[in-house]
Amino acid sequence: MIKTDIIIIGAGPVGLFAVFEAGLMKLRCHLIDAIPQPGGQLSEIYPKKPIYDIPGYPTVLAGELVDKLMEQAAPFKPGFTLGERANSIEKQADGSFVVTTSKGTQHHAPVVMIAGGLGSFEPRKPLISNIADFEEKGVRYIVKDPDQFEGKDMVISGGGDSALDWAIYFAEKGSFVHLVHRSDRYRAHKDSVARAQELAAAGKIELHTYAEVKELNGDGDLTSVVIHAKEGNRTVNTNLWFPLFGLSPKLGPIGDWGLEIEKNAIVVDTFDYQTNRPGVFAIGDVNTYPGKLKLILCGFHEATLAVQTAYKIINPNKKFTLKYTTVQGVQGFEDKQPKEAVKS
Amino acid sequence: MSLDINITVIDREGMEHEFAVPTDMNLNLMEVCKGYDLPVAGTCGGMAMCASCQVYILTEAHFGARNEDEQAMLDEAYFVQENSRLGCQIPITADLDGLKVKIAPEEL
Repeated sequence: MIKTDIIIIGAGPVGLFAVFEAGLMKLRCHLIDAIPQPGGQLSEIYPKKPIYDIPGYPTVLAGELVDKLMEQAAPFKPGFTLGERANSIEKQADGSFVVTTSKGTQHHAPVVMIAGGLGSFEPRKPLISNIADFEEKGVRYIVKDPDQFEGKDMVISGGGDSALDWAIYFAEKGSFVHLVHRSDRYRAHKDSVARAQELAAAGKIELHTYAEVKELNGDGDLTSVVIHAKEGNRTVNTNLWFPLFGLSPKLGPIGDWGLEIEKNAIVVDTFDYQTNRPGVFAIGDVNTYPGKLKLILCGFHEATLAVQTAYKIINPNKKFTLKYTTVQGVQGFEDKQPKEAVKS
Repeated sequence: MSLDINITVIDREGMEHEFAVPTDMNLNLMEVCKGYDLPVAGTCGGMAMCASCQVYILTEAHFGARNEDEQAMLDEAYFVQENSRLGCQIPITADLDGLKVKIAPEEL
């Protein structure tokens, strides 16, 4: 069981900034996110797009902002459970909470802060009738622990950064990669497209354009896919197909946590961004209140106020006086928090 | 001077919604749909980086041309037809008066 002061659900910009604000108050945080890297939609949807409304940054790339927020949070040594979706929340007799993920990892803390943005990102699954039969048996929507696939021949579908980057990665690691895309225009970065074409010329990638994987075959495990293309259908023997069509957000299980929901967002009190369940807060794009604006900037403010009440819940007998970082500096935590605390 | 145009949006249940939409507010069709609480997610905020605002243009005069980013996104989207567009890439201008669109099915 992972123990901390604040469980933050969602490692996007607002969740990461909450780590910093909590850290200033000597509170420890542990973040849970369904995608394998921090940054939320900034990393997943638009890492290379500029943002112009972060105070003090006339312009900053979304990916850079995530890097900066990680750097800012680092002194407070946050824990991360990545690639796992927060599935359930259980209130304990003492008022604290246990949050359990899709992989069964348990987290225990007196305060839960939902910074879930648009929800958890779920892969966009191709519309093939028997695809569910092969999930985790050859069909994988997300590349996690790539080492295990290095050198294996595979089929990758998609035309975005994820599809191209992984095709290049595996081709360079000795795999033969069939890259299947519905057109000959790629949404991925120009450099990636050029590199993929080089690898194709070198015989390490085969580019299938105006083509689509439409059929999956296998007895238990995937053994072949059928690629439909203009010039006809072709069966490719493979045990590995990565349909990488990006991820789309779903509010998901949080919708069943007994929280008041309005238009797909969690209703909060603007005093401290607490939900209708005491001890559970919602900050950033995931919440709603009169006058709500879905801006990163506003999420930062919400995080700052929310941790004030979190402090009072965690330290009921202490009074906290606001100290300016300019005066105090930033005193991080010396030690990493124990990942596996002794069972209580 | 504000000039309103009439737009009809058919939702996923087949219900028709007609709106008078101002042309001087720098709006796009995705924002109009969201503004009227139609089930258009607009996940990426209008960057043509998701396809949650895909619509089918039903009035031939308004087919318009897909821009490059939009085309690339539609190459990866589902339920794409000849008349598919991304609502966020359609600015509301006077020549869209009488536009009729249908919201594409939601991706699961």
